[in-house]
Amino acid sequence: MRRPRLESSKPLMLALALVAMSFVAFAACGDDDDANGADNTPAAGEIDYGSLGGSLRVDGSSTVFPIAEAVAEEFSNESNVRVNVGFSGTGGGFERFCRGEIEVSDASRPIEQDEIDACADEGITDILEFQVAIDALTVVANSNNDFLECLTVQQLHDIFTGTASNWNDIDPAFPDDGIVRFFPGTDSGTFDYFVEAIIEGVDETAAHTGDGTASEDDNVLAQGVEGDDNGLGYFGFAYFQEAGQQLKAIAIDGGEGCVEPSLETALDGSYQPLSRPLFIYTRESFLRDRPEVLGFMKYFMDNTNTLSEEVGYVPLSDNLLAEQQTKIEPFLP
Amino acid sequence: MAFVDGSTGEISLQATGAVARRQALSRASRYVLLAATLVGVGVLLYLGYETIDRGGSRLSIDFLTSYPSRFAERAGLRSSLIGWFWVLGLTVILAIPIAIGTAIWMEEFAPRNRVLTLVKLNLANLAGVPSIIYGILGLALFVRFMDLGPSILAGSLTLALMILPMTVIASQEAIRQVPPSIRHGALALGATRWQMVWNHVLPGAMPGIMTGMILAVSRAAGETAALIMIGAFTFIAYDNTRPTEDFTTVPVQIYNWTIRPQEAFRQNAAAAIIVLMVFVLTLNLIAAVIRERFRSE
Repeated sequence: MRRPRLESSKPLMLALALVAMSFVAFAACGDDDDANGADNTPAAGEIDYGSLGGSLRVDGSSTVFPIAEAVAEEFSNESNVRVNVGFSGTGGGFERFCRGEIEVSDASRPIEQDEIDACADEGITDILEFQVAIDALTVVANSNNDFLECLTVQQLHDIFTGTASNWNDIDPAFPDDGIVRFFPGTDSGTFDYFVEAIIEGVDETAAHTGDGTASEDDNVLAQGVEGDDNGLGYFGFAYFQEAGQQLKAIAIDGGEGCVEPSLETALDGSYQPLSRPLFIYTRESFLRDRPEVLGFMKYFMDNTNTLSEEVGYVPLSDNLLAEQQTKIEPFLP
Repeated sequence: MAFVDGSTGEISLQATGAVARRQALSRASRYVLLAATLVGVGVLLYLGYETIDRGGSRLSIDFLTSYPSRFAERAGLRSSLIGWFWVLGLTVILAIPIAIGTAIWMEEFAPRNRVLTLVKLNLANLAGVPSIIYGILGLALFVRFMDLGPSILAGSLTLALMILPMTVIASQEAIRQVPPSIRHGALALGATRWQMVWNHVLPGAMPGIMTGMILAVSRAAGETAALIMIGAFTFIAYDNTRPTEDFTTVPVQIYNWTIRPQEAFRQNAAAAIIVLMVFVLTLNLIAAVIRERFRSE
């Protein structure tokens, strides 16, 4: 064993300190890119985005994340506002929103009473809701499935509460094979929405079955249904459009006959009960006192239709959009 | 040793009966064990190949220097790389003194009593705590109670806590490797306990301590759950310049791209995984080089 001496290890300690320092130095050497906001004088009711600075935080539903990210990206090019977007889930977003940690909360369902109460406990009572797009849930079966074309809400309910375990339980004409279920995890807004529309919508006391494969990752669900002839699952329409084309979308009969999931049926409201509104929430006081939040919200509502469609959601009808935009008007200069 | 074949009377060197069976088993065991070793290597090679095959074409300077975007082909790692280096750098700075201090106290100063046993038991248990638990702790303690927000500093403190058990145990091992004769010699010549530790024990233990540190940092480099738990963001379109800012890291960005439906985003995820692998491999290489250099001296 070599006799250790301090001299030999001094360079080592130095090197160690240098490595740590250089990490930070490298990290710190980035400089701020100035957004080049166009310098135009705003008309009444318009906002000069280029003059806005500061920062704001957006968090919540991972379903809404792609829209919020798209808006934040475009807004960063127009203004000097730093918009940070996260995706900790609809419930997580509301929790942070009510603690005052974020300015804007994304949600794939309307805010619930207990969330409103939690906000009120923190003195937050001026919550504003904006609808930004429509999302549709798609029920999918394996492409080899040659008997299933359309499901009634009652049949879907029976399958996903576990009342029906074989295909012939929902229709005697169907084969006597077990249904293999795939559904999102309980943390997702998609799951909440399905429970509300299909499970509790038919019977207030029913619960979603746990018998099947649950995953927060739509890819896992799609691959599961692809890999099993008796597979049946559901996930967001945007995901189906992007990556679910080798699966078979099932039409839904909400009482008005069978309706296929599509952009058109979601928009005209005929694809029921599986098309849902997507929301963002903020506070009146932010719109009043924080120009960067007002600017962001205005920009969001002006561009949500274009950007939502770009990332795979259904844009709002003109009337609905106008209704959302009027909510901002009282706060505009 | 020679064997006599009973029927022919010839002498052969071939073992028979139980001996032959034992020898065959011995020969076979070598290949069975080799196969076991190759399972791990094979899986790793396959994963590496898959990742490079998927993401290799996306790797470019642009990919490293552009901000996240809704267009997969424009999205890049810039803000997450910078946030990542900030967090890891601060983690190292925070964890080193605490880890080395703890290890020195336990090895050189601590009275051999129940307190030490308790600390040791505690450390061993902490080493096995899942990272998400550190995330929950970080959220409650650093983000909310200390009011640091989901900042780089909160992330570094959380990761520093997470790697503390590993680094303390590695440092202890290194300190134990220093022969007692060196300690006795120093004390015999009138050095104080602290002089002995600072001038003789620590220099000898340094390579081992550093190796442990680097390996711990490579574990922190891949951490996602704890950072998402404390509220690390995903879309950040500026360069971090202060430890109080919100941040995102490479693993968080990978997670975001993986759960997106578009195939192009998953290619981005693969490309980012290559970046992460290269970084971690480099760290491990540095650790190996340090080990070798000091072993050969």
